[in-house]
Amino acid sequence: MTVSARPDNLKWDDSKSEEKKNRFKLSPGKILTYALLIALSIFMLLPFFWMLSASLKLDKDVFVFPIQWIPSDPQWSNYQTIWTQIPFLTFFYNTTKLTVIITILQLATSSFAAYAFAKLQFKGRDFLFLAYIGSIAIPWQVYMVPQFIMMRRMDLVDTHLSLILLQAFSAFGVFLMRQFFISIPDEILDAARIDGMSEYGIYFRIMLPLSKPALATLTIFTAVFVWNDFMGPLIYLNSQELKTIQLGLRLFIQQYSADYALIMAAALVSLIPVIVLFLAFQRFFVEGIGTTGLKG
Amino acid sequence: MTAIMTDKQKNQSKLKRQIKEHLIAYSFILPNLLGFAIFTLIPIGFSLALAFMHWDGANRVGWAGLENFQRLMDDETFWIALKNTLIYVAGTVPLTLIASLGLALLLNQPLVGRNIFRTIFFFPYVASLVAVAVVWNLLFFPSAGPVNEFLRAIGVMNPPRWAASVDWALPTVIMASIWKGMGYYMVIYLAALQGIPGILYEAADIDGANAWQKFRYITVPMLTPATFFISVMLTISSFKVFDLIMVMTGGGPGRATNVLVIHTYNTAFRQFEFGYSSAIAMVLFALVLGITIVQFYMERRWVNYM
Repeated sequence: MTVSARPDNLKWDDSKSEEKKNRFKLSPGKILTYALLIALSIFMLLPFFWMLSASLKLDKDVFVFPIQWIPSDPQWSNYQTIWTQIPFLTFFYNTTKLTVIITILQLATSSFAAYAFAKLQFKGRDFLFLAYIGSIAIPWQVYMVPQFIMMRRMDLVDTHLSLILLQAFSAFGVFLMRQFFISIPDEILDAARIDGMSEYGIYFRIMLPLSKPALATLTIFTAVFVWNDFMGPLIYLNSQELKTIQLGLRLFIQQYSADYALIMAAALVSLIPVIVLFLAFQRFFVEGIGTTGLKG
Repeated sequence: MTAIMTDKQKNQSKLKRQIKEHLIAYSFILPNLLGFAIFTLIPIGFSLALAFMHWDGANRVGWAGLENFQRLMDDETFWIALKNTLIYVAGTVPLTLIASLGLALLLNQPLVGRNIFRTIFFFPYVASLVAVAVVWNLLFFPSAGPVNEFLRAIGVMNPPRWAASVDWALPTVIMASIWKGMGYYMVIYLAALQGIPGILYEAADIDGANAWQKFRYITVPMLTPATFFISVMLTISSFKVFDLIMVMTGGGPGRATNVLVIHTYNTAFRQFEFGYSSAIAMVLFALVLGITIVQFYMERRWVNYM
């Protein structure tokens, strides 16, 4: 497997100019492709449409068949009710706090370490990097119990700090950043060294500015992971006032198991930050997968 | 004459410079390595040891030797979980591969709105599992859910009870996981498709190859590195499945969707048998490792690197 950083591999709009002309040509095959793609898109989005539509109904109307996609009497109040039924605002705050702190730590420490792995020579480099890569292949569930025991010893169970410490130093981040740094030519760094720039200067003033796509990708991957994480908070957080949005949503589902409309409203609200983040950074997100992915 | 250094001095300054270079390199790595070593590497080592211990988390740790592993033999739930895990992997990996390749091929054409389609297919991947699972459960609600209402409307008298039925729970979970994951792998395939040099197809055109031949003899072989990468990643992540099942079925009904990680979780955090739970986790690890090694071994036979 040749893994290499190819920032130019996959641009969001990657069509060549000749392709652009071909885009608008229609042939029977093309029409079939469009029909298929549109049908598939509807299939992919259907659950989300249904979610939106159900969230604006009365509970008794959620399962009325045939489905009334646009509710005749939209219950906007559902979106007010959810905030009062359960401390949703606290959950939002907790999740945002965890997401921001973990993402910043992850970006800082892993890009820092990746610089040494990619561009500096030192004893034990390959061995350490192998340990990092190896740990990615080991399912987290294999060591979640010892981690938990350790955290309990440190008296950190039921604190946000436990999750921050567990998730801020991932091997994945180091791997992703290293793959990107490797593609930056050594000549640029050597030139800077001759000019008397220190390694720290090179990292801050050359590597980081050149690595915006990779940094953006890691930001989104980490933020989406932390925001959506369910098992970590499930194991570590017990106090109501510390819980995150995913746990809150689960709690809500269990407590109001028949209030389908409210559950759908809560689920939709929990998705909004991810939708916003995703739409804002989707270009980088997809590029980043190409970057860390592989070369054909 | 002081300006000229002796050999000894030269060596000393070289050594000094080397030490300085090393210190700088370590200073870059240290912040991450510290956290990584303490919270990942040490627990990995610890979990290996724990599999050979008895521990309930409160009392003293006792040596268990191979007892935990012997106990696995008679643990009916373990065998059910193992079987379910294997079925889940066998269902999810090939179907996701095919679906993501199909989507990538469709989108790898000059089309209007290609970016919009790509975004749509990718979106379920970033949507939270808890939210997705609850929608799926309601859509597939046996008595009154829209899916079954639709099936009844088109004449299926007894539609499956999906996640609520012992027979259909696992297939339902597999479907949900394919729907959620295929967009991500589609993007990897798209990147690989874009990496195939156009000249290969032009040469094939000159030789008079038809569309199927071009697909079979150019696209498929050129995609094998991507297929390999995806199948390794997918296999590992399928063995690790937890969240989706936990929120969709909780491992039920009965033990119909109890997979290894659910069993590990229940043993550790519900029954507080940390040693035994580590032994189950070790089996999971051995399985993943074994299959990954086999995949890498087979790599030479079918993966084509330019």
